[in-house]
Amino acid sequence: MDCNQVFVSKVKRLIVVFTLLIAFLSIKIDTFAQVDSAVVPVDSVVAGSAEAVSGEHGAAKHGEEKFEPTKVIMEHIADSHMWHLWGHTSLPLPVILYTANGLEVFSSGNFHHGEHDYNGKYNNYRLEEDHIKVVGADGKIDEEASKSVLDFSITKNVAAMFVAILIILIVFISVARAYKKRVGKAPKGLQSLIEPIIVFVRDDIAKPNIGHKYAKFMPYLLTVFFFIWFNNLLGLIPIFPGGANVTGNIALTFVMALGTMIIVNINGNKYYWKHILTPDVPWWLYPIMIPVELIGIISKPFALMIRLFANITAGHIIVLSLISLIFIFETAWISPVSVAFVIFMDVLELLVAFLQAFIFTLLTALFIGMAVEEHH
Amino acid sequence: MDLVTPSIGLIFWTGISFICLLILLRKFAWKPILGAIHEREQSIDEALNKAELAKQEMARLTSQNQDLMQQARAERDEILKEAKTLKDGILNEAKKQAQVEGAKLIEKAKIEIENQKKAALAEVKDQVSSLSLEIAERVLRTQLDDKAKQETLVANLLKDVELN
Repeated sequence: MDCNQVFVSKVKRLIVVFTLLIAFLSIKIDTFAQVDSAVVPVDSVVAGSAEAVSGEHGAAKHGEEKFEPTKVIMEHIADSHMWHLWGHTSLPLPVILYTANGLEVFSSGNFHHGEHDYNGKYNNYRLEEDHIKVVGADGKIDEEASKSVLDFSITKNVAAMFVAILIILIVFISVARAYKKRVGKAPKGLQSLIEPIIVFVRDDIAKPNIGHKYAKFMPYLLTVFFFIWFNNLLGLIPIFPGGANVTGNIALTFVMALGTMIIVNINGNKYYWKHILTPDVPWWLYPIMIPVELIGIISKPFALMIRLFANITAGHIIVLSLISLIFIFETAWISPVSVAFVIFMDVLELLVAFLQAFIFTLLTALFIGMAVEEHH
Repeated sequence: MDLVTPSIGLIFWTGISFICLLILLRKFAWKPILGAIHEREQSIDEALNKAELAKQEMARLTSQNQDLMQQARAERDEILKEAKTLKDGILNEAKKQAQVEGAKLIEKAKIEIENQKKAALAEVKDQVSSLSLEIAERVLRTQLDDKAKQETLVANLLKDVELN
């Protein structure tokens, strides 16, 4: 099967991505250690003069701050309780906390970019490195209490995802309406843009990998494909409704991979389970083979999760790093180089946005195909 | 390790909204779109099949027509040939008959001519004999009168005879 080739190349790529990820994480830990030590004194200063902090003072502090590319990049690719628009303007987002006493809903604007604590109904909260922590009676963060508070806030990623979902719904429902209006006629406008992609997912992803039972899985495959693709593309737009690193967030890719795992295992037929539980090996190899096969159930969606997350995050990091060059060199003369590289990377990321949606859908279809395959 | 720690809130919202999206799109988008595409593909297939059938039918009809034409042409040739042989036959018959008839007529005419000739010869003979008798008679009469006169008479008579 030609999928084998895809598999081999994917595995190679995965190895490369993993290596890069590990290398990246090891660097990150070091730099964060520096950042932490740099931030702590500032925090104590802020705490010491909590009442006296004025806007001007804050601005002066920002001006003096040394440019920390790692910190800036991490802030951009991480989730946030505010949606940064421009300069010091951010869109406050709703905070929803599930505490032992009940729900707490308030605007993240109450934190004033983490400079103020918020006195909630049940607890006092403080925004620390974009995590909401409970403040104890002594004015210090109560880590124990913080762990029991579950954060269901509409964060930047959630809001960006809602925007993507809204766009997807508008696009596809209008396309569906066009089909109802122009029954049996040639597609037109948006319809003719979308139709080849839908047909591509059906004829080049679903049919060759799943076989004649493909129709049942089409809604899932199409939804996964367009959800990932639209979110990837929106992530590439640097201004307001885009720019969030939605598909580069491990929570989102975790949910997508979980969906694939559930679909694959629910639809697995007796041959699939037989292959896992009583593989075609001598019986004394069962203690090795069965755990390996069971790990395979988890590792396949796990690879999906890591692949999407790493690819998209890597793209964002590269673009942000190239932009950061201007501030690292502290000269505008480097900007043509930066911009040229960023344009190149953005074009590449456009390809990657499609490719990752395609790969995720293709592998999902492949796993489903392996689970529903009939042996004779 | 913040980056690789999934947060419960995002998992929750992603799960909820992805399931909602799946249900909504399945009902309002994928079903009508895939249905319409499938239907259109089928109608195109059908139309192509029909066109193919029509083409075959057309070819069949054309060949049939050609066959018919050929047959008709052969028949016509046959008829023409028959007519020609018939005509030739009739013509020959007529010619033969005409020849026979002509021969008969000629025969008759010949016989008639012969008869006439015979009759004429008989008449001539009669005339000659009577004339000679007459001459002889006259000669004899004049001889009896005068010798000279007899001679002139004979001469005159002979002249007459020559005239006749």
